[in-house]
Amino acid sequence: MWKTLRPYAMVAPAVLIFALFFIYPIFYMIYLSFFDWNFVSPTKDFVGVDNFTVLSGDSEFQKVMWNSLFYMLFTVTLTISLSLLLALWLNKKARIYGFIQGAVFSPHIISLVSVAMLWMWLMDTDHGLLNWALGLVGISPVQWLSSPDTALWSLVLVAVWKGVGFNALVFIAGLQSIPKDMYEAAALDESGPVRTFVKITLPMLSPTVFFLTIINMIGSFQVFESIAIMTQGGPINSTNTLVFYIYQYGFRFFKIGYASAAGVILLVLIAILTIVYFKLMERRVHYR
Amino acid sequence: MKAIKWVGKGVNGIGLVLVVLLFALPFLWMMSTSVKTLGETITFPPTWLPEVWMWENFTTAWNSGPFLKYFMNSIIVAVGILVFQFLTMIPAAYAFARYEFKGKGFFFALTMVTLMIPAQLIFLPVYLQMSSFGLLDTVWALILPFGSSAFGIFLLRQSFKQVPEELLEAARLDQASEWKIILRIMMPMSKPVLITFALFSFITHWNDYFWPLVMTTSDSARTLPLGIAKLKEVEGGVAWNILMAGNMILVVPILIVFFFAQRHIIRAFVYTGVK
Repeated sequence: MWKTLRPYAMVAPAVLIFALFFIYPIFYMIYLSFFDWNFVSPTKDFVGVDNFTVLSGDSEFQKVMWNSLFYMLFTVTLTISLSLLLALWLNKKARIYGFIQGAVFSPHIISLVSVAMLWMWLMDTDHGLLNWALGLVGISPVQWLSSPDTALWSLVLVAVWKGVGFNALVFIAGLQSIPKDMYEAAALDESGPVRTFVKITLPMLSPTVFFLTIINMIGSFQVFESIAIMTQGGPINSTNTLVFYIYQYGFRFFKIGYASAAGVILLVLIAILTIVYFKLMERRVHYR
Repeated sequence: MKAIKWVGKGVNGIGLVLVVLLFALPFLWMMSTSVKTLGETITFPPTWLPEVWMWENFTTAWNSGPFLKYFMNSIIVAVGILVFQFLTMIPAAYAFARYEFKGKGFFFALTMVTLMIPAQLIFLPVYLQMSSFGLLDTVWALILPFGSSAFGIFLLRQSFKQVPEELLEAARLDQASEWKIILRIMMPMSKPVLITFALFSFITHWNDYFWPLVMTTSDSARTLPLGIAKLKEVEGGVAWNILMAGNMILVVPILIVFFFAQRHIIRAFVYTGVK
């Protein structure tokens, strides 16, 4: 009797936590998205898909979606391309390269709070180090976080600075798993470095590129800390993105149904990316 | 030819120094600012070594709020999460790796699905849930949702699977209970995975700002990142020197750990993420 029950008892605590704090909330959020509720009132008003229709017609939300897309597109392409270049450069055995890899990686383990505040200080329009350095080469001060034209770009810059090291190390891991004899064969054929890169390195690295693209996309849709600390969504909503928007509507305006509807949209985005990721993984398994 | 080679090496060397500076300079600037007077933070051209070393900035930052409380809460939350994770992960990973039972596939799939659900997606419903449990603004709201880890279960299961079956049969012949097998065989053989995961988990939750921000409303359950973010909200402009001193309190412990356990930490964040 105990023998049949034992495995269930062993997985129960973990499964209970997952069910209670991850699975159930997803369904509860979907449920709430069909209601109008301000958290305090004892009754929730069923409004059907009204929250979604209002959302889709709201120019502020359209701006938020556009910002999220813009942030995602530039953060991901810049992070992936720069980290690939870094990886090709830093993928060497000598000890000094290990040290440099560590230095590049270090921002990844630092709290986003500190990273955000540090860059806020660097990007200070009047007293920041960045504008002083630009001044040395004759460039007039940039408004960084205080102008709607540059604020979102500034956040992209910070995200790329923080993320490039992690991505470069994942690429290095990928590079090291490419069989050496492929390169030896290429050398025998007198294949040039560009040709070798296009014909061998890039195809062998493509699963890593897909993996990193997807997880960076998912990660970029979750951006919150840098916005909450550096810009609060401003100036004039130029840096307001999905999670911060949900946070605002849930915790400042107490429009729970409306915030949940925006949450459902985020859920759909993440679900699509996850499905794409698994489809790609499946394909990869088939080819082997 | 030799000259070209040397020039190439020189360019490469300069490039490498620039790369390191690009990632290290901001941190050095943080350190430099943290020991300056407020006046010197806005002096141009900037000085890297302060004229007057303001070590008091650290005590000023620390005393500007209940920082001992924040610090203790951070420790309680990060360690509490880790303890809960080990208690729930180890038996689950063992059952998934070593037993056959009805519904195993379902439970494992449910576990893996949670890997794709970020905290930023479900904070609103979990907030309402915690509110109905009466757990808002307590450390429980910060610990319980992370009391297990799908990622950890996955890693441990892989590791437990690699232990040869003969070893377990021999132990069972000696009448060892399953508990003993886990403690005496599985755990020691999975030590690298356990260390890797512990570092990953501790650093992640030590640094976290989002979840405590959403789940707490008073200082009684707030953690260090929140306390430090609050330093920014002073009247009459930001005192960058105090703010950077506060951030040093948050950053330095992690950087020290990173310095000593660099290889483990990089493996924890990178290599385990890939496989």
